[in-house]
Amino acid sequence: MLAFAIRRLIQAVGVMLVVALISFLLFRFVGDPVNQLVGVDTTPEQRAQLRQDLGLNDPVYVQFGRFVGKAARFDFGISYQIKRPVADLIASRLPATLELSLVSAVFALLVGLPMGVYTGLYPQTLLSRLFLALSLTGISLPTFLIGILLIFIFSVNLGWLPSFGRGDVVTIGGFWTTGLLTRSGLSSLILPAITLGLFQMTLIMRLVRGEMLEVLRTDYIKFARARGLSSRAINFGHALKNTLVPVITITGLQIGSIIAFSIITETVFQWPGMGLLFLQAVQNVDIPIMAAYLLLIAFLFTVINFIVDLLYVAVDPRIRIGGAGA
Amino acid sequence: MTATLSVRNLRVEIPTRHGVLTAIDDLSFDIAPGEVLGVVGESGAGKSITGSAIIGLLDPPGRIAGGEILLGGERIDNLPPPAMRRVRGKRIGMIFQDPLTSLNPLYRIGDQLTQTILTHEKMTARAALDKAERLLVEVGIPAAGARLSSYPHQFSGGMRQRVVIALALAADPELVVADEPTTALDVSVQAQVISLLKRLCKDRGASVMLITHDMGVIAETADRVCVLYAGRLAEIGKVRDVVKHPQHPYTHGLMTAIPSLKGDPDARLEQIPGSMPRLGAIPEGCAFNPRCGFRLERCRAERPAAYPTSRSEASCFLLDAAGRAPPPETATAARAAGIEVRAGAPTGADA
Ligand SMILES: Nc1ncnc2c1ncn2[C@@H]1O[C@H](COP(=O)(O)OP(=O)(O)OP(=O)(O)O)[C@@H](O)[C@H]1O
Ligand code: SF4
Ligand SMILES: [Mg+2]
Repeated sequence: MLAFAIRRLIQAVGVMLVVALISFLLFRFVGDPVNQLVGVDTTPEQRAQLRQDLGLNDPVYVQFGRFVGKAARFDFGISYQIKRPVADLIASRLPATLELSLVSAVFALLVGLPMGVYTGLYPQTLLSRLFLALSLTGISLPTFLIGILLIFIFSVNLGWLPSFGRGDVVTIGGFWTTGLLTRSGLSSLILPAITLGLFQMTLIMRLVRGEMLEVLRTDYIKFARARGLSSRAINFGHALKNTLVPVITITGLQIGSIIAFSIITETVFQWPGMGLLFLQAVQNVDIPIMAAYLLLIAFLFTVINFIVDLLYVAVDPRIRIGGAGA
Repeated sequence: MTATLSVRNLRVEIPTRHGVLTAIDDLSFDIAPGEVLGVVGESGAGKSITGSAIIGLLDPPGRIAGGEILLGGERIDNLPPPAMRRVRGKRIGMIFQDPLTSLNPLYRIGDQLTQTILTHEKMTARAALDKAERLLVEVGIPAAGARLSSYPHQFSGGMRQRVVIALALAADPELVVADEPTTALDVSVQAQVISLLKRLCKDRGASVMLITHDMGVIAETADRVCVLYAGRLAEIGKVRDVVKHPQHPYTHGLMTAIPSLKGDPDARLEQIPGSMPRLGAIPEGCAFNPRCGFRLERCRAERPAAYPTSRSEASCFLLDAAGRAPPPETATAARAAGIEVRAGAPTGADA
């Protein structure tokens, strides 16, 4: 188990280095960093001096080493556009994105899992067919359209929920802002969370349903029935537990995509998160922010992947214990 | 004495897009208390379906369309689901073919055993665990106490099938249906597992319905044997009788195809021409008629019932004492094959 964790950790570091390289190349070769920093009236001498000061004349691998070293200390330089440290900018936006993403993921899981179990157990009922039809819409409609539709219905027509922003936030521990503790914060979260989580919800539902149908056909379920175990023990014990292995994997990995895809939702709802920051950075060719965002997303993906792998092992004894004995 | 299991005129149908298939047609047999009944037949003959019908777990859309199944004299084929659930595992134990896939990979052996025990018996978790350990000892798992916390994948195939047997016997059922319990196992452990199963059932006085392809296993293990053909009974009787003096032309063909059992190394291997029909294409009359060397006129139009002979019972018109006499050359050939031709002999005295 420990060896497994260490092996995975080494792989994770490797992945991060590759992403760091891409992000470094972006930083170094898309546009000239000096051009971005200076005004039009700077003399060539001043430019050369700045180039020397920034270390841009060093060999590329030295520069890359320096980039990685700084990134490891969360130093991504200064934003070209906003002229503030990128790390600060991201830190101020991170809570909004993570909160939205986590609430979306929880929503997707809490709704998708029971729907998947139900449609798997009773595939023929009217309700199951309805769920499936709905899920098809959820998968085929683009996120921004769902967001706009929700805004149209619940904000514009019914006036129940706010259509943009995060509402009032409370600061915890000096750096973390949360909207979960205020009424307006919570009501602001509902529409974006549904918009962002809907796709994953239908995905989880379809996945659980497929797995459930598959598992219910296996010999060990038939044998469990033949032993007279109750339907509850079979459906929610033996069957559900076996569907969870792939479900955990996919759901975990989806959290990464939720964070990444939050860009669209944040744009639709003017949600003050990293996605919005990134989009503005792209418009302004603000390379340090783009590079940092790329690294951060990759980092989150890797961490989530790592946790999912460990969970996977915790659920499945075949991986945890391994090897046929006796 | 009431039979442990009594199957009366069982009919199992499978509705499909191309019409309703009759997988089991008018099948009757009994299993006496403590008796081991072997069930043989080619692949697709309906052996597994019969087993599933008995335990009430036919895969949908298959359904029992007629007949009765009685366990200890009570009908069980029409029990409501909760009552049938109490019969499964408690009064009928089932063992499936593949021990590698019969156990839930995510649950410890001990948990699977205690869960089964506690489903059927009121006792403390501690007592159930003790019973689970005793069961593992009984089925010959070394270091049983420690193995309770092992997962299925930590056992070899033979050991897993022993665990499966322990699970099937956990609530001391009066009938055990074993569907090819050793087919998936290594040849070297097959005999051990079969003799273990037989011994444990004998100790408990449980009856066994042993489904298998292997006539050798039947010869060694079963008291009586039931031969199925295309979902119908071909012949049923004591193992010795059916093996040595088969009365149905199909059984006769089967037995001649196994020279070692006849003990005569010079016996000519008589292949039955053709193959068993698919469910959708069972011929009119006797299902075996296109392949039968003794076919009579009526065989293509009428269905034979099971007729008694001096030894077994077989579904063949040659044995129908009320039937018309077969052509002399057919009668001679059938008699030469050891069949007690009774058709056309009003006294049936030519046995
Ligand atoms: N759902 C189904 N739809 C159509 N035909 C089916 C279905 N289930 C079973 N059958 C058919 O029923 C017949 C009997 O099947 P069964 O599994 O009982 O055979 P078997 O005697 O156990 O064979 P084997 O020795 O291969 O296990 C086969 O011809 C099979 O094709
Ligand atoms: S009933 Fe006729 S066709 Fe069928 S086995 Fe007997 S002789 Fe052959
Ligand atoms: Mg079978």
